[in-house]
Amino acid sequence: MIELIMQNVGLLTLLFLVTLGYTVGTLVEKRHYRSLMKREQALLTLPAVTIKHDQSVDEIRGSMMVSGSAVISIDYFKRFLARLRNIFGGRVKSYETLVDRSRREAILRMKASAPGAAIIVNMRLETAAIGNSANQKRMIGSVETLAYGTAIWLRTSPTSEAPLKI
Amino acid sequence: MYITNIETIPGKTIVEHYGLVQGSTVRAKHIGRDFMASLKNLVGGELKGYTELLGDARKEAVERMKAQASQLGANAVVNVRFATSSVAQGAAELFAYGTAVRVE
Repeated sequence: MIELIMQNVGLLTLLFLVTLGYTVGTLVEKRHYRSLMKREQALLTLPAVTIKHDQSVDEIRGSMMVSGSAVISIDYFKRFLARLRNIFGGRVKSYETLVDRSRREAILRMKASAPGAAIIVNMRLETAAIGNSANQKRMIGSVETLAYGTAIWLRTSPTSEAPLKI
Repeated sequence: MYITNIETIPGKTIVEHYGLVQGSTVRAKHIGRDFMASLKNLVGGELKGYTELLGDARKEAVERMKAQASQLGANAVVNVRFATSSVAQGAAELFAYGTAVRVE
């Protein structure tokens, strides 16, 4: 029995890491999505748009560039899944949620760094794969997303919910 | 110093133009952080150490860009862009560039 375990120690480690990744990873992801949803609801009043927008000059109280970033890592199970997926090709769903989470988190942080602003214009998103040394075999393990834009504060009440003229 | 990533400073007019200014920094994380990140890599989720590191580095890149702009006599930088690249194993370059202008 012990011999059998000793022979398959590599396989057992893999199994252990995969189960650990699956259980904890799924939990972490679910919790993250719940918190994203909640915070997105709260920040709905501050739109972030990718267009450059001309506000009439006398309405503007100030403007500032704001940014937010997040580094999110994938769990072992999903990385394992993606490696399998590499053989057959097709949609790698596990990585889709990874980049989705990091983008939404970055946008939320950008919005949170502009309290009282009326709108964030010219928002740009940038994604970079980082942490080469933290994941072997050239697998992308974590992505960093940066969201940045120009927040505009108006003279009128900062929390007014009247639609802006674009 | 006004910083925006659109072509103008809303509510101001550009009176003078000084050309491109840039700032960059190359950062690597220390072994302890790297080790923690590789553990966190097993279960997924946010790597807070990295988020912090990159945030700080980006702030520094912007500070350097601002310093260059004020040296030229500008009081604003418009149309700012960010770029990130991994120049070496475990190190990243954060780069910010924009156009230095004077506004009134």
